[in-house]
Amino acid sequence: MSPELLAAGFLVVFVILIAGFTVYERTRKGGRNLREIPAVARLIHAIGLAVEDGTRLHVALGASDMTGEGAAPALAGLAILDRVARTASISDAPPVVTSGDGALSVLSQGVLAGAYRETGAGKLHDPSLARLVGTTPFSFAAGAMPVIHDEQVSATLMTGHFGPELALITEAADRTNGFTLAGTDSLAGQAVLYAAAQEPLIGEELFAAGAYLRAGLVHTASLRAQDVFRWLIIAGILAGGAVKLFG
Amino acid sequence: MRFKAPIVSTAVAMLSGLAVLLLLLLPTGLDALYAGVIRWAAALAAVALLVGLVNLVNVHVEKSSGGGSEAVSSIALLAAFGLTFLAALFLGPNGSAAGVEPVNWLFQYVQVPVEAALMALLAVSLVYASARLLRRVPNLFSFVFIGTALLVLLGTSTLATGEFGLISELVTGVHGWITRVPAAAGARGLLIGVALGSVAAGLRILIGTDRPFGG
Repeated sequence: MSPELLAAGFLVVFVILIAGFTVYERTRKGGRNLREIPAVARLIHAIGLAVEDGTRLHVALGASDMTGEGAAPALAGLAILDRVARTASISDAPPVVTSGDGALSVLSQGVLAGAYRETGAGKLHDPSLARLVGTTPFSFAAGAMPVIHDEQVSATLMTGHFGPELALITEAADRTNGFTLAGTDSLAGQAVLYAAAQEPLIGEELFAAGAYLRAGLVHTASLRAQDVFRWLIIAGILAGGAVKLFG
Repeated sequence: MRFKAPIVSTAVAMLSGLAVLLLLLLPTGLDALYAGVIRWAAALAAVALLVGLVNLVNVHVEKSSGGGSEAVSSIALLAAFGLTFLAALFLGPNGSAAGVEPVNWLFQYVQVPVEAALMALLAVSLVYASARLLRRVPNLFSFVFIGTALLVLLGTSTLATGEFGLISELVTGVHGWITRVPAAAGARGLLIGVALGSVAAGLRILIGTDRPFGG
């Protein structure tokens, strides 16, 4: 079987699993039964505090190339932005979004506009709150840092494709005693955010955050589908190791 | 029948995504069509960049009229942007005037040094962040993290070049084991999680449940 057909089969099974788990989530009773991610619990607390204080949330989506490898973490970041914007849209100081790619900037404006419209606060929406600040990783960091200083930001969420440059942004947020949460798909970025961010999202936690922020049943269902594949991969790795060990 | 904008945008996103996926994965023999769709995406990305730049200029025009240090930074940004944009517009990215290539010159003598300076600052920030990690989260994992980082750094230093006998051998051995076994295994685990999450994020767009376009 060709790799292309194998990939197509994998995607079809993935979609079937998501559909099946969505039906399951819709019909099941009780809570969502997801393991706790402390970073997300603290994020929800930080959003509440920012709304009460009248301070601003800053969502940094990174310099992800939407036509390249950075697209998936940027999409996960947009899902988080949608949930944050819905909660904070009624605040005196609505969230500000920074991005480092033209398409991502346009999408973030769309997400903000949609969130405001759906919460009935469409008239409060200001398109200039979603900004393109720099198109390379370091120019993005240089453009995002003044936003933290100048706009009364109390919490900075870095969700997207980031490399080590995110340490500069967390440093700027720490200087204002702000809350920082960061998640990226890059291994170098994850090593840095483990040390630099107050609340790191490691590995797949960035992609799981939507489910924890109640972005919809499909997010929870896709999380369960990922778990099924993860267990299959673990079984495959262990089986491969056993075959190699015992000849 | 009048469609609401979100329905149209969702349909366009789903259809174009599925078309690219099918053209990529199935042997349809429509390679020219696939290449054409990708070219369209690249052109749209360039248009989106232009929209983003207009947004950037708008934000800084507004800030520059506010006064204070913010205004000075915004005026500097607008001046640099205007200079670079006009040079590229009239001379092209590699064009020259009076023996100077302005866009290349700005890139080589302004953009690169500024980014290099930020990279140097990053080194300091990382050392500070490591020290702060031990103060903020003084648990076993933090000590393992810092200890491993130090051991790997030692493994790439002159201590590992063989001039120090047994110490060099020990450092080289530990460095090699860390990078080959726990670091490689951990990286694979993280990448598997990221890959599955990426697929799920893409599929949610393709089946129309995530609509990051105001839908």
